Amino acid sequence: MTYLAKPKLHHPDLPKNALGFTRRDYEGPVSTLCAGCGHDSISAAIIQAFWQLAIPPHRVAKLSGIGCSSKTPTYFLGQSHGFNSVHGRMPSVLTGANAANRDLIYLGVSGDGDSASIGLGQFAHSMRRGVNMVYIVENNGVYGLTKGQFSATADKGSKAKTGFVNEDEPIDLVLLALQLGATFVARSFSGDKEQLVPLIEAAVRHKGAAFIDVVSPCVTFNNHSGSTKSYDYVRAHNDAVNRLDVILKREPIAADYPPGSVQEVMLHDGGLIRLRKLHPEYDPTDRLGAINYLHQRHAAGEVVTGLLYAHPDAADLHDMQNTVTTPLNALSDAELVPGAAALAAFNAALR
Amino acid sequence: MKPTDIARPDYFHKVVDCQWACPAHTPVPEYIRLIAAGRYDDAYLVNWKSNVFPGILGRTCDRPCEPACRRGRVEEGSVEHRKSHLKPEPVAICRLKRVTADYKDDIRPRLPKPAATKNGKRIALVGGGPASLTVARDLAPLGYHCVVFEADAKPGGMMRSQIPKFRLPDTVIDEECGYVLDLGVEFRGGTRIDSMKALLGEGYDAVFVGSGAPRGRELDVPGRKEAAAHIHLGIDWLASVSFGHVKSIGRRVVVLGGGNTAMDCCRSARRLGGEEVNVVVRSGFEEMKASPWEKEDAQHEGIPIHNYLVPKEVLHDSGRLTGIVFEKVSARYDEKGRRSLIPTGEPDVSFECDDILVAVGQENAFPWIERDLGIEFDRWGMPVVDAATMASTRPGVFFGGDAAFGPKNIIWAVAHGHDAAISIDRLCRGEDVAQRPPPTFMLISQKMGIHEWNYDNAITTEQRHKVPLKDTVIALKDIRTEVELGFDPALALAEAQRCLNCDVQTVFAERLCIECDACVDICPMDCITFTHDGDEDDLRQRLRAPAPHRTQDLYVSAALKTARIMVKDEDVCLHCGLCAERCPTGAWDMKKSFLEMSHAGDTPRIHLPVHRARAAVAEAAAE
Repeated sequence: MTYLAKPKLHHPDLPKNALGFTRRDYEGPVSTLCAGCGHDSISAAIIQAFWQLAIPPHRVAKLSGIGCSSKTPTYFLGQSHGFNSVHGRMPSVLTGANAANRDLIYLGVSGDGDSASIGLGQFAHSMRRGVNMVYIVENNGVYGLTKGQFSATADKGSKAKTGFVNEDEPIDLVLLALQLGATFVARSFSGDKEQLVPLIEAAVRHKGAAFIDVVSPCVTFNNHSGSTKSYDYVRAHNDAVNRLDVILKREPIAADYPPGSVQEVMLHDGGLIRLRKLHPEYDPTDRLGAINYLHQRHAAGEVVTGLLYAHPDAADLHDMQNTVTTPLNALSDAELVPGAAALAAFNAALR
Repeated sequence: MKPTDIARPDYFHKVVDCQWACPAHTPVPEYIRLIAAGRYDDAYLVNWKSNVFPGILGRTCDRPCEPACRRGRVEEGSVEHRKSHLKPEPVAICRLKRVTADYKDDIRPRLPKPAATKNGKRIALVGGGPASLTVARDLAPLGYHCVVFEADAKPGGMMRSQIPKFRLPDTVIDEECGYVLDLGVEFRGGTRIDSMKALLGEGYDAVFVGSGAPRGRELDVPGRKEAAAHIHLGIDWLASVSFGHVKSIGRRVVVLGGGNTAMDCCRSARRLGGEEVNVVVRSGFEEMKASPWEKEDAQHEGIPIHNYLVPKEVLHDSGRLTGIVFEKVSARYDEKGRRSLIPTGEPDVSFECDDILVAVGQENAFPWIERDLGIEFDRWGMPVVDAATMASTRPGVFFGGDAAFGPKNIIWAVAHGHDAAISIDRLCRGEDVAQRPPPTFMLISQKMGIHEWNYDNAITTEQRHKVPLKDTVIALKDIRTEVELGFDPALALAEAQRCLNCDVQTVFAERLCIECDACVDICPMDCITFTHDGDEDDLRQRLRAPAPHRTQDLYVSAALKTARIMVKDEDVCLHCGLCAERCPTGAWDMKKSFLEMSHAGDTPRIHLPVHRARAAVAEAAAE
């Protein structure tokens, strides 16, 4: 951390996006996390992605729970709506907010403790309900705020800084999300922004529950040999299945790719994701195949990253619940409170 | 690219743009920090060691440091400037130098003492200006007997004769020349050297020529001779004003020329009765040789500057000057960028006037150096001088200041003086004059604690502060009233805070880096990139922000664990230290690079902990 505010001066040639904002306009106050924390790199990736998409910051709601990761929304998108909720309860608060105002872009930021331990049930239900959101877990395998005990995502056999070995089975949130019906599932690494930034962009533009598990080394408690969530381990065992470009409108492919090496995934708003496949056999539209592949590679000690599964025409919570298309805050009193007669008629219809 | 060798003193010296640009290589950020700390004596002495005349230069320097100052580049495009349409401006380095002179206590006890024992060597110094006095300052404490020959009664040379008193009061010249003479230098005022041959016959161990460029260039147009009584050569006229021989001028004055001498002439004329003073220049306003601030000062005093007018004819009536006619021209550039002035064909422009001051350039003149002494001159009448050693073609004879390479400025004269003093010292010791001593160079970590540095790393966005001026009405009444009041201590502190401490360097140790990106994410100026290696042209395109300024170096590391390299564009680094604060492993550190030129008799020191650590690592690896 630092005591200094980041100076306001910026590079003379700093580019502006379609809204006339520079990347610096999407920053928040300076981080108070440990120096070198992977979470800060994820914040930088979020800033980069939202700037590139030229999203008006005031159309974004960022929500979090409790923990190191859940502190980070302070450090990005300083002009957006923010809600720092109760430990593990971010998914419920986000679902409620989304139900009330479907027009905002929802970004949930959580950690392995917040989502895989205390909030596991909340996590599960937000996935199966298809809440239209980007759900990012900043996954370092330890409880950093309480000095580095193993979290529920720590791999079996991995070693703590104190030498203690983890004997419990890990929870893989990516596998859970796939099983629970999430319609956009990805894993990335805080030390690889070239992969992470387009993933966040694609997730923002995906309609439905988009989940990104980002392995984010804890430099203070979990960046030693014996850890499976250190910079060195992830770099050595990173099995990236694809690289992606997010394209706003359909354009001819400019680069010359070998046949079969590019796969395009349509987005619901007409844009598309162009995947440069690193594993020719990997198909990110095959949920079952993805689950199998993840199990296999995990057994081999690999960390599978990339866009693992995407369902372009997914339905979200509002579609499934057949809710009103207007956000509640834009409805009139008469529409929101139709009166006793309307209630009586509704009740009668259910008898 | 090859990894940057930071043990080479030039690498970090170049990052300190102001110091690199200064002919004397004054450690600018060092003295600005001392000003901020209120340590004016120390700040003055840092200057005095390097440039000998801090009080004089703090008023009159041509400030090559300021256009080079990084502050001007980093303010470019910032939000504050976009909103207010303000111009990015460098730190007021020159005027901060004056602050050290204005607020110091008596520093005489801290100056070197006259040599207790003389070494028996005698050095003749021709001319009592900044170049000669610098040579004397460097050599006298070492035991040399220095004799300064000066045509005027008092020391100072052009600093005293040509710079108007409203810019540089005599008290400042007396004080700072005095510090030099007090070192046991023999000063022979009122003594003009008429023959080099005779001087050489006196058996000096070395002769240094620092006699300046004493001749003003003439105006050659019809009518010049007939109206001669009211046409004056600028530098001669300024000298006459300086010494009180001239006390008035006509009501209407035309000043010819666009250099700093022309600016001094027109402002002096305003104070001696010139009510309608016009400056007329052949070139355009931007191409004028005068420093921008000197043009501003003239305009501030109500003096119009007319451009693209070439003198054609002086008008006179029975020996009395009545006016001057100019032809209108425009500039045209050929494919090589050479300029020619082409008459536009428009009607001529004329000014009625009572006096004309000609300040169209200066020339060197060495009628007193016999041409059969082995001192070679080129076809323009300039001595052949070695730019590094200041040696002429005759062993034992050295040149410096305007006498060496034509009219420059005081700070160049000082730099020449230091170089000549080194040469003379080596010559007298029987050492090779061509061998030059390396500078003192130290790299010292500024880390005091996790978030504490031995320098103030917060970056202010304050604009450049203006130096308060004396009210124009009062200033124009008396030619000896100094116009600039100088910064008061509060303004000096505020201006000092604008300095970016470019000498506190970002030093990278690749073996400690874990490539976590923390430095990349925090850097406010997007200076740092981790990427695969390439040649310089390729790398400059691939950085987080384009790096188009090739004069600003890229700092390149050796390959890291992922086979990538770290590349830092030094161009717009704020030296805020955030990269080092955010680095979890200490791979970045902020280290002060202190570089001081070695003068005659100095023992250069090298202190490079990084270099030693690296050598130790290499050794361990070899075992």
